Amino acid sequence: MIKTGIVGLGKMGISHASIINAHPELDLVAVCDSSSLILEAMSKYGAYNTFSDFSKMINESNLDALFVATPTRFHADMVLQALRKNIHVFCEKPFSLTVKEGRQMLELALKNNLVNQVGYHNRFIGTFNFLRKIISSGAIGQVYHFMGEAYGPVVVKRKESTWRSDSSEGGGCLFDYASHVINLIEYVIGDIKDVSGVMLKKVYSQSVEDAVYSGIYLNGGISGILSVNWSDETYRKMSTQLTVLGSEGKVISDAQEMKIFLKNDNKALGLSKGWNMRYITDLTDPVSFYLRGEEYSSQVDYFAKQITKRTGENVNSFASALHTDEIIELIRSKAS
Amino acid sequence: MDRILFGDNQFFAVNHLSDEKARAQAIQFRTNEAIIRVLDIAIDLGVKTFMCTTHDRIAGICEHIRDNSDKYKGFKIYPCMPYAHKYANAVTELGILGALKEYLPGNIFSTMAKGGMAYARKDFIAMMELLIDAEMKMFKGINTPVIFIQNVLTDMILGLGMKDIFKAYHSYIIKKYNAEPGYITMNMPMLLNVLEEVGIKNPIICSSINKIGFRMSGGISSYEKIIAEGRFRPIAMQVLAAGAIRPEQAFDYVCKQKNIESILFGSSSKEHIKSSIEMIHKFS
Repeated sequence: MIKTGIVGLGKMGISHASIINAHPELDLVAVCDSSSLILEAMSKYGAYNTFSDFSKMINESNLDALFVATPTRFHADMVLQALRKNIHVFCEKPFSLTVKEGRQMLELALKNNLVNQVGYHNRFIGTFNFLRKIISSGAIGQVYHFMGEAYGPVVVKRKESTWRSDSSEGGGCLFDYASHVINLIEYVIGDIKDVSGVMLKKVYSQSVEDAVYSGIYLNGGISGILSVNWSDETYRKMSTQLTVLGSEGKVISDAQEMKIFLKNDNKALGLSKGWNMRYITDLTDPVSFYLRGEEYSSQVDYFAKQITKRTGENVNSFASALHTDEIIELIRSKAS
Repeated sequence: MDRILFGDNQFFAVNHLSDEKARAQAIQFRTNEAIIRVLDIAIDLGVKTFMCTTHDRIAGICEHIRDNSDKYKGFKIYPCMPYAHKYANAVTELGILGALKEYLPGNIFSTMAKGGMAYARKDFIAMMELLIDAEMKMFKGINTPVIFIQNVLTDMILGLGMKDIFKAYHSYIIKKYNAEPGYITMNMPMLLNVLEEVGIKNPIICSSINKIGFRMSGGISSYEKIIAEGRFRPIAMQVLAAGAIRPEQAFDYVCKQKNIESILFGSSSKEHIKSSIEMIHKFS
């Protein structure tokens, strides 16, 4: 069993804790949070060892692995402490507040040869993986343009401020929502090289943006549009979509459904000339424990497998998340 | 329980296959009248139970049912709580404590208030009871013989191993609402074992049950085996696997699993509701 700890028991943290505890190879031995209410619930009903002091947990629990699900401004300090103690780290997104911090975490993880993963869960969704395969196989020819979108109802009225409304703590739509789309574009299509025409819009928030619109450039003349808004209550929950146009076809994909248009048959991928529909039901592998979506269990399972098998592959590495952070910095610098 | 339970996903833009269809449905059902129209069609076709989330808009439907109590005589609602996205969005924005502050009735910083007292004493069971009461308010005067916990919450508690919460929920629903507690889950085999461990016998469990094993964590063969053992009262949901299975084959499969007590489905068209009901009767 992999002795696992978690710090930060917010929405993602609690969800990770539940998945970790249900996982056959992971043993959740320690949990840490700043709220005494949450800790008492965890110790009373879950019989977990609880800590309010992170360093104490790290020093006393003899952990093999750690999940970091605190606000982003705490990531660097906690991740570095864990890596120094040779603990494998799964860190929630966005990875780091500044690229400088991100580089320190990446370098130490590589130096100490530790499994490192970031929680960009879209990389574990069947539709987006199939889209990646369609593009890399050349099925839609030369990609020339794309659109990356995400909309949802996080901030739909003016309200008291929290860490999410402070960009110096990792708040705002760019850090929180657009990071998902940027990271997914880099996974599915390729590394982003430049951005232009950046618009960061405030809708309800006082000090952070609620929407991010930008032009995006990749190598090989590929261009794209980023359109992300977390103040759109016409969406019931976060909804992410990629539309990719190529010389031989076009794909519109979200987390559930893919609409694929090809100019020619593609036997290797089982796609025909004209429109093809593919659904997540055909593209998802079952998980041993389900909570909120297969991708959340799959990413935890992948992390556990990397620790036991050490294959060296890493679909969601610190390095890839750091690149996302670099693009976030670039977008912010071009906005001002 | 009735053989057929009518669900509400189609009314609230929940579509497990298509975001686009979900948005079209949100527009189609923008008024309560549109929801009631479809509900009435289902009732005319023989449906007697509506299983729905505690979505804010259900309050309006409940009001209509109360105002026309003669027309809806014998009609039952199975509430499923909570409407998770309401809390999830609040937690994303305000954190867990902020969300509690928003939804726990009364001022949680005043120990004079019931909610404040529960909060100050870290009495989680009392807080849970208050949140249940808040969710149940909209159903006042309506027959709610089974009350469910939504799968997000069931499965989160299950994963965390907080078994005693199930026990407390179970006894509160029986004691306060004189109703049967129900559990929605995506992990039926694991849940049943845990419920039995805390002494809950023959529970009502609603889970995905379909021919292709979609969202049946633990595996389809384990589901089939446990259903055949007759240790619980199964409700089959996601029978069509979000549309991946043809209705004929889908209903044929669930109806062949002998111990399944009820089948839950939702639809927004008269033709679909009618043909689904006919198929369930035909294969049962």
